[in-house]
Amino acid sequence: MKTLIRPAVTLFILLSLITGLIYPLLVTGIGQALFPKQAAGSLIEHDGKPVGSRLVGQNFTDPKYFWGRLSATAPQPYNAAASGGSNLGPLNPALKAAVESRIKALREADPGNTAPVPVDLVTASASGLDPHISPAAAEYQVARVARARELAPEIVRNLVAQHTEDRQWGIFGESRVNVLELNLALDPLPFERKP
Amino acid sequence: MTPHAWLLLGLYLLVLLVLVKPLGIYIANVMEGRSWALRLGSPIEAVIYRLGGVRKESKMGWLQYALALLLFNALGVFAVYALQRLQLWLPLNPQQMANVSPDSAFNTAVSFVTNTNWQGYAGESTMSYLTQMLALTVQNFLSAATGIVVVIALIRGFARHTAQDVGNAWVDLTRVTLYVLLPLALVFAVFLIGQGVIQNFAPYRDVTTLEVTHYDSPKLDAAGQPLKDDQGNPVTEPATTQTQTLAMGPVASQEAIKMIGTNGGGFFNANSAHPYENPTPLSNFFQMLSIFLIPGALCYTFGRMVGDTRQGWAVLAAMTIIFAVAAVATISFEQQGNPLFAAAGVDQTASAIQAGGNMEGKETRFGIADSGLFATITTAASCGAVIAMHDSFTPLGGMIPLVMMQLGEVVFGGVGSGLYGMLVFAILAVFIAGLMIGRTPEYLGKKIEAYEMKMTAIAILVTPLLVLGGTAIAVMTAAGQAGIFNPGPHGFSEVLYAFTSAANNNGSAFAGLSANTPFYNVMLVIAMWFGRFAIIVPVLAIAGSLAAKKRIAATAGTLPTHGPLFVTLLIGTVLLIGLLNYVPALALGPVVEHFMLWAGH
Repeated sequence: MKTLIRPAVTLFILLSLITGLIYPLLVTGIGQALFPKQAAGSLIEHDGKPVGSRLVGQNFTDPKYFWGRLSATAPQPYNAAASGGSNLGPLNPALKAAVESRIKALREADPGNTAPVPVDLVTASASGLDPHISPAAAEYQVARVARARELAPEIVRNLVAQHTEDRQWGIFGESRVNVLELNLALDPLPFERKP
Repeated sequence: MTPHAWLLLGLYLLVLLVLVKPLGIYIANVMEGRSWALRLGSPIEAVIYRLGGVRKESKMGWLQYALALLLFNALGVFAVYALQRLQLWLPLNPQQMANVSPDSAFNTAVSFVTNTNWQGYAGESTMSYLTQMLALTVQNFLSAATGIVVVIALIRGFARHTAQDVGNAWVDLTRVTLYVLLPLALVFAVFLIGQGVIQNFAPYRDVTTLEVTHYDSPKLDAAGQPLKDDQGNPVTEPATTQTQTLAMGPVASQEAIKMIGTNGGGFFNANSAHPYENPTPLSNFFQMLSIFLIPGALCYTFGRMVGDTRQGWAVLAAMTIIFAVAAVATISFEQQGNPLFAAAGVDQTASAIQAGGNMEGKETRFGIADSGLFATITTAASCGAVIAMHDSFTPLGGMIPLVMMQLGEVVFGGVGSGLYGMLVFAILAVFIAGLMIGRTPEYLGKKIEAYEMKMTAIAILVTPLLVLGGTAIAVMTAAGQAGIFNPGPHGFSEVLYAFTSAANNNGSAFAGLSANTPFYNVMLVIAMWFGRFAIIVPVLAIAGSLAAKKRIAATAGTLPTHGPLFVTLLIGTVLLIGLLNYVPALALGPVVEHFMLWAGH
């Protein structure tokens, strides 16, 4: 046993320094050199000020913006310093209540729209920070956003198409729309008075 | 299963199987001390051995090898515990994270040392950057190295004959870390940054959001504790904010080894679902690949080191078949969706413009196919990283990950631990076959006798004892019941999942369970520690005993262990043991819940 102590302690200290300090610092150095923007969080700047990250969703409830996924982070939704999902089981009454209250909010903001609601629009994401919605969820909201901004639906629909990403390499993941980038692109559009 | 899901599964298996052979050869060469890489690293190795007083040529018997590993890992527990308890006074803590409580720090220390990476804490609100690096990232490497060297020792037991040793633990640990884990992690980490994973030491960034968020903020008393009203509900007050605080940190370096070493402990609470840990579907595909990469390659290493690569392919075939069936099942159940949503007027059909299915607790960019595939991979292997919240899966969709762990983490399993677990099942399989035909069983030219069978029995039975015993205690005590989040049978599943995950060193969770309490922190430490080392020690005992045996020549009466017959026998043994142990418990949880959910639909 005694003969084991010296190698155990030495190996532990040296391998800790290699894997716990040298390795992360090396990765940081390479990352800063090759991908500085990504390493810093893919921030979006607007007039020189950071307004968010293209990878992290934000909370939207105004009818003139596209809404994202529900977010179960606490205390406020889309809290990017406390990620997490709802963890509600499929039979939990709280899950049913959350889905129904979201449907009610969507219908109130868009009276007359009786189409079935795309599932990603009424469910909470795993991270609580999902930056995307499905193209179906975007299409569901096009008429409402267009009406709130007094724009022709085609203009809004085109903008959605511009911000829709296909499956990566045609096979990985799902097609999706980046909500924050889409909403940022909506804001500069002039409101258009309909005749 | 949509056509897209079939295509994804097929491509995944294809890429994996292509990579298994080259990496398997490389690992075998490194462990046998004749890889080209050893020449590059020999100056570093020489320094480590000189300072440690290690003689490279000296050999260890199995008992000394086991003691060396236990001592090395005990040091790890001590270091991880100390760094958490002192982090407030140490550097690289820009958010001024407080020192972690003793029970949580102890739980996390054992969790990361045992390759479980169960997380009772939320990373971004608990751990300093130094703790993440010097405590947690280090154990991501060293616990993976420990698993790999144990299986290498076991393989040497089969490959050698009339030998008194199974290798040198210090040399093995050093070489696995330097030549296998570090280069893979380095390349993978840089790739991940390219996809958008962050890697910096900046304080958390505040950004001004487009919209003002209105929410209910919990009221705190003078001591900072949340106030409760007469009914025990938290008191809240309306609040607004237009600031979003983005958590930062050296994520990519930890993320890479978290997947490659089948560790699974996330930098952030949401683990690989967090956009800063796993930003794109492409990063996700490579994360899935990296989980099975080393466990798959080790099967080839095994075949090569015992001098018959068909033996390795047979074991890999058994793993792949069980895995593929499970993946199809998980994805199908999740794609079915939740009948309660359908009744509420929600569209859950899969189409070109939406993934459909049960999207609660899933990310849009991953949808159903990737989430179901990842959930099966992460539980088949003892990784435990998640891109979707397993607690919100459909009852049967969540049961498959539970079953994958309950099979003993031998379907690919953890790095090293998956293969040594599967080889223990192989020994049991030839033993059962031997009983059926009345011959002394043998495997790879080694007679399997009473001593090996005793050790095999211990290694196989220790986890069900920890899982079922732990679950029983938790559901019968107030402290255990207090952690349950979801009502009904799902609550029981949460507890069963926790002990299954801990004792099998997986680390994923039905995360609604409030497990960061002294009760669960201590109970799960017991499950994790014995689930790891009460298997490693008997496995090394088998290694030592086999190494000392003579090799006997195969005869007409020898059961060939490389064909379809043996693969079937092995799969049968794994399923039989797993199902016999856990079917009653599963019936009380996910099965009941399934019938409750679908009743009347």
